[in-house]
Amino acid sequence: MAINTIDRTARQLVLTVQDYSLFAHRAVMNIFRPPRYWVDFLIQSDIIGVGSTSIVLLSGFFTGGVLALQSAATLSEFGASNLTGRFVGLTMIRELGPVLTGVMVSGRNASSMASELGSMVVTEQIDAMRALGVDPMRKLVTPRLFACVLMLLFLTILADFFGILGGGFVTIFMNHQDGMQYLSTAWDSLRYPDVIQGLVKPLFSGFIIASIGCFYGMRTSGGTEGVGRSTIQAVVFSSVLIIVADFLLTQILLSLFARL
Amino acid sequence: MSTSETGGSAQSAPIVEFDNVSIAFGGPPVLQNVTFSVGPEETRILLGPAGVGKSVLLKLTNGLLRPDEGTIRIFGQDISQMSEERLFPLRTRTGMVFQEGALFDSLSVRDNVAYQLIQEHVPDDVIDTRVHEALHFVELDQTFSLFPGSLSGGMRRRVAIARALIHQPDLVLYDSPTGGLDPITSTTIIELVMKERDVYRKPSLLVTHRLQDAFTLCTHRFDADQGHMVPLPQGHADPNTTFLMLEEGRLIFDGSLHELVHTDNAFVREFLL
Repeated sequence: MAINTIDRTARQLVLTVQDYSLFAHRAVMNIFRPPRYWVDFLIQSDIIGVGSTSIVLLSGFFTGGVLALQSAATLSEFGASNLTGRFVGLTMIRELGPVLTGVMVSGRNASSMASELGSMVVTEQIDAMRALGVDPMRKLVTPRLFACVLMLLFLTILADFFGILGGGFVTIFMNHQDGMQYLSTAWDSLRYPDVIQGLVKPLFSGFIIASIGCFYGMRTSGGTEGVGRSTIQAVVFSSVLIIVADFLLTQILLSLFARL
Repeated sequence: MSTSETGGSAQSAPIVEFDNVSIAFGGPPVLQNVTFSVGPEETRILLGPAGVGKSVLLKLTNGLLRPDEGTIRIFGQDISQMSEERLFPLRTRTGMVFQEGALFDSLSVRDNVAYQLIQEHVPDDVIDTRVHEALHFVELDQTFSLFPGSLSGGMRRRVAIARALIHQPDLVLYDSPTGGLDPITSTTIIELVMKERDVYRKPSLLVTHRLQDAFTLCTHRFDADQGHMVPLPQGHADPNTTFLMLEEGRLIFDGSLHELVHTDNAFVREFLL
């Protein structure tokens, strides 16, 4: 009995991964053939990019601040409190900026994509679109995918900047340390591999958020309850995958830069 | 009830052809060995109780679902295994009215009705003219700038009809256009279906479980001069409006109104009572 359950679950898992792979492949390949919906791309860029700016700025600023608070106490024990800038800068740019932005945008946008597309599926709007001769993959999924990838890159840069700013704020006004020293150590410790690492990760996070959000939205079934289920699945899977992808990318990029 | 058909029925190549079509969704078959055709200028009314596979059949006709077995041809082309890419241009030749209207709720009535024209980059002034014409056809001129959320159920169906007809399709598919509506609104919708049938002479496939609507379609015609439907002479029925009936996924009846009311099939007789 238990073996049957495991067998069924494993089959379901493989089938879902296969469906997702085909879905993501089709969403990406659509960009190479017309029609392309640039207006929808701009609308989605606005929704994802501009719409998420405030949460990304706030979470980046306060995360940088917390990092400065925590690290200053520990570093001062070793007489290295002047390295706070370096610690905050590197951590934000290499890790926390990309991951935090990914998770925040995932909570906001993977959920909205899944619920919006899911509602369209259960009210037959997707079928209506197909019946009107318009491909929902091209019209709805591809613009969201590329808008999310591009916007996540910019949002991560903003999160990094405001994180370092938050750390600086805490260093100057709460830890009463030298602000210029904070900034110069943060700047001096940065190397190109750190920046590249920080800019490669959001590309993957953006892809994960949009593809998972749209995938679960488009395969919604079971009415309004199904929409809720799809939304939860989209947020959970995209958040977990962002962290898993971050781990794998860090490992790959570190070993790659170590050889160079 | 005694009926006789007025004029001759359509003889040319069929617009829609189902040949032994079956489909299942992981359980017992929803449709089994369904075979029928829709000729030019022909209106076929698909009857059957709820959950018998009527909407599935309509979606198969438009290539929104693929059959497990059998062949479906529309406009002479086999769509059973046709790729989604190749189906899109074919679907622009059909108009489909969904059960609940399926209007895009984030778009205005104007943008809903003009959806296909907007995708084809038709100029705005042409779109506005054609949307006004389509809304005039369904007698909803005043809804041009409204959003679907502010429309009643009947108005939403009429907007859906306008959206399906704006492109002057070669085939119209109606999925329970009167389902869940009050009798007066249902009659308004049926009158629109009749108007499309009698004014433009386009073939259609209409799904319903309301016998009254089906019989009204068969025993009335749209009088363009008077601007409303009028009954045909006693005992006469529209020759191009015929019936199909499903029972548990099988097609159990295919024929005229006269044959329907005189059939010996127990299920049909029970359904008619």
